[in-house]
Amino acid sequence: MTHRKGKEGAFLFLAPALLILAGITLYPLLHVFRLSLHRRLLIFDISRFVGPENYLYLLGDTRFRNALGNTIYFTVLSVLLELLFGLAIALLLNRHFRGKGLMRTIILIPWAIPTVVSARMWEWLYNPDFGLLNHLLGFRINWLGSPFLALNAAVAMDVWKTTPFVALLLTAGLQTIPRDLYGAARIDGAGPWTLFRKITLPLLMPVILVVLLFRTLDAFRVFDAVYVLTGGGPANSTETLSIYAYKILFQTLQFGYGSAISVMVFLCVGLFTLLFIPLLRRRKV
Amino acid sequence: MTEIGFHSLCKKFKKTSVIDDLNLTIENREFFTFVGPSGCGKSTILNMVAGLESITSGMITFDGHSIDGLPPGERDIAMVFQSYALYPHMTVRENLAFPLSVRKVPSADRQREVEKIAALLALTPFLSRLPRELSGGQRQRVALGRALIRKPKVFLMDEPLSNLDAKLRIEMRTELKRLHREFPVTTIYVTHDQEEAMALSDRIALLHEGALRQCGPPQEVYAAPANLFSAGFIGSPPMNFIEGTLLLDLPFLASRLAEYRNQPFIAGIRPTDLRITGEKRENTLSGRVLFLETTGETTWIDLEWRGNRIRGKTGPVRRTARDETAYFTIPPEKLHLFDKSSGERLW
Ligand SMILES: Nc1ncnc2c1ncn2[C@@H]1O[C@H](COP(=O)(O)OP(=O)(O)O)[C@@H](O)[C@H]1O
Ligand SMILES: [Mg+2]
Repeated sequence: MTHRKGKEGAFLFLAPALLILAGITLYPLLHVFRLSLHRRLLIFDISRFVGPENYLYLLGDTRFRNALGNTIYFTVLSVLLELLFGLAIALLLNRHFRGKGLMRTIILIPWAIPTVVSARMWEWLYNPDFGLLNHLLGFRINWLGSPFLALNAAVAMDVWKTTPFVALLLTAGLQTIPRDLYGAARIDGAGPWTLFRKITLPLLMPVILVVLLFRTLDAFRVFDAVYVLTGGGPANSTETLSIYAYKILFQTLQFGYGSAISVMVFLCVGLFTLLFIPLLRRRKV
Repeated sequence: MTEIGFHSLCKKFKKTSVIDDLNLTIENREFFTFVGPSGCGKSTILNMVAGLESITSGMITFDGHSIDGLPPGERDIAMVFQSYALYPHMTVRENLAFPLSVRKVPSADRQREVEKIAALLALTPFLSRLPRELSGGQRQRVALGRALIRKPKVFLMDEPLSNLDAKLRIEMRTELKRLHREFPVTTIYVTHDQEEAMALSDRIALLHEGALRQCGPPQEVYAAPANLFSAGFIGSPPMNFIEGTLLLDLPFLASRLAEYRNQPFIAGIRPTDLRITGEKRENTLSGRVLFLETTGETTWIDLEWRGNRIRGKTGPVRRTARDETAYFTIPPEKLHLFDKSSGERLW
């Protein structure tokens, strides 16, 4: 009897949080899903149930496929580079040197700048006529004007901006590795490379996986960084799924089809998370 | 097969001196212990021998050759850490094999050595477990095994027993002695526990505030502490100290004490040497009982005597209560005398 009461009590305590979560995430999610099954065009005042029609249309939509490709390219390349640079910086910051505290602070600056501001900043850096980049290189390259360069330019900006965050998390991870382990391994005969491969990397893996999960989910939904920098152009070459969904939803007001694209983003991210969670569990040392 | 020499060894962290001019030779195959209170620089010495910590000045030699500049992996040493420093992501087998696999020992030999060392330390049933799935004592044995497996020239142990419970600690002492007999390798052991140091070592070195206070076989240090620090640190319960002025020549006092006549000094007497009785006899002194502590075999009694608090020993059956008067004798031949200002032993 008292046991039951305890359980009910627990539920009562959780209820407010659950209600809020349901209100701000579950309800909108279900609503978007419902919308995606409708053909709803605000300008023509059309709204009718069409079942899976929007999804069937998605399958043949080359612009959707282009956006999906761009998103995957952006995600894979930027997360990979951020992890590499972040790890390198974290390893450097984990050593003892003069001015280490100052260095840590300085390195965080790119991350502290609002995305929209840094996107504008990079837009100017990339400017073909007045940009610092061309000035330094002595070329006249239209960085944001060529389809191939533009997406990579967006990746570069994201790497610049987010590497500090990755480095910060990895530095925290490195600090949890006991110093004695390095002493023991050095006495056992391990050189720097063996230390890194046999001690640092495996013990940092749980943090690396968390970073990977965070960053992949973030990068997959990238919007403001790229949208402010290029607006999705030139010729949709930098259009990511979020930008495509935004344009369909709020520029052409096709709420049904836009919702279907959003649901696809959600499914991709959800699938990725589901694949990741067992890895995180297994890796707990 | 290594003799270790410390030559004018100094270590400073920034401006703070931790080790100041250490000169010492550790014999081949010796079990040598640095003992001293926490923070006196014991781990720092070991880390310098291991090459994990730099030397500020002076030199450490193995068989007369300086090891300065040799990386830890090339000194042919093995070390057991207080934290054990087992690799948490590797199984016991992988932990034991690590020093061999790093040195590219062929897999078959590695396998054989691991089996051998595991059998020696009763670790065979746990070979595929992770360190976190082991008890404290088992982890300790894995750490020992990882150090033993390479058959190093020098063995370093930094408080290896201090994370174990009292009973296990005594068991492991015996185990360590057995291992040292089986692998008679020059061993430097570090502990803050003087009893452990006495029980294990061929020789002990007392460290205090970065300086060597006394060095010698345990019995010698116990029987003739060279100074007040040594007298107070070695022996449990610790020695009683009584301040006074040397007034008359006792017949047993060596004539060299004559020059200390009328000078302040400190007399030391170990509680085990101070016999407490219930009745007044010839040559007994009397004091008020402050405190009693029974350990079963003996009863320790704290007495107040002329403003000093002194501890003495009595048999198990003695019945005394607080505030009663008790009588005690100080056997003169058990007395230690120290200079009050320098703390050095006089007699
Ligand atoms: N890396 C370091 N930087 C500054 N001071 C240190 C460092 N390592 C040890 N010390 C200081 O040196 C002294 C001796 O330390 P340690 O050798 O660890 O003592 P013990 O092992 O005898 O307890 C301590 O006062 C400690 O604070
Ligand atoms: Mg220590």
